[in-house]
Amino acid sequence: MTAQLVVFYLLAAITVLSSLGVILTRNVVHAAFMLLVALLAVAGIFLVAVAEFLALAQILIYGGAVTVVVLFAIMLTRSDEQPRADHSQWPVAALASVGVFALLVAAFVATDVASLDEATNVGTGTETGFEALGLGLFTDWAIPFEVASLILLVALIGAILLARNVEEGE
Amino acid sequence: MLELVHFQVLSAALFSLGIFGVLARRSAVMVLISIELMLNAVNVNLVGIAAFSDRAADVRVFGQILVVFIITIAAAEIGLALAIVLRVFRNRGSANVDELNVMKW
Repeated sequence: MTAQLVVFYLLAAITVLSSLGVILTRNVVHAAFMLLVALLAVAGIFLVAVAEFLALAQILIYGGAVTVVVLFAIMLTRSDEQPRADHSQWPVAALASVGVFALLVAAFVATDVASLDEATNVGTGTETGFEALGLGLFTDWAIPFEVASLILLVALIGAILLARNVEEGE
Repeated sequence: MLELVHFQVLSAALFSLGIFGVLARRSAVMVLISIELMLNAVNVNLVGIAAFSDRAADVRVFGQILVVFIITIAAAEIGLALAIVLRVFRNRGSANVDELNVMKW
């Protein structure tokens, strides 16, 4: 059980440090690659929490698709000048960020988890694997699942319409 | 011993880092990247709660199902939003959020 804790702390440190890198670096391309590291570490955290399918989906969708799309957008919107990375109001942003973090942690610590009938052990029932997830998705959650696929289709068509060149399209 | 609060604190840290990115960065692409960080914070929280709940397996898996939907919506959102950023850059020559003030009164 302590090995689990060590792995979790390692992955959490990688996640937080690379997220810090994402929001602090001035180079947008570096930010995209550090986002990739952070998202892969989150996939590892999903594995620690016995969510194998989500870890796979995280690596495929975020590690593959999202990072590539972000890199394309960075390449296509690159301007020549080296811009200032931050607004002038970044101290206010830092204050808001720290405030939200303190509030969330205080709420999490103050909440009596045991009274919400939570166990204190990860993976109490290991049968929530692919099978339970697939059963849930295609029985109780079948209609939201189909709506989600419709949303993806509409978003894709909208993205193509928005990003194509109007000059040659008309 | 790994506990639920570990997942929750990690989730809170990711979420507040995302908030800082959204509020402080000028590039619209960086704002979108920070939004992805915040969505991942929510996912970490949901997966943690799904792993620690003491209910039956078919109830606990709802947390993971919600994460599936969040990942789907996030993929749709990032594709659409980056297309909008691309269009804005073509029309205005800049993708910095503080220069997009035509609608400011």
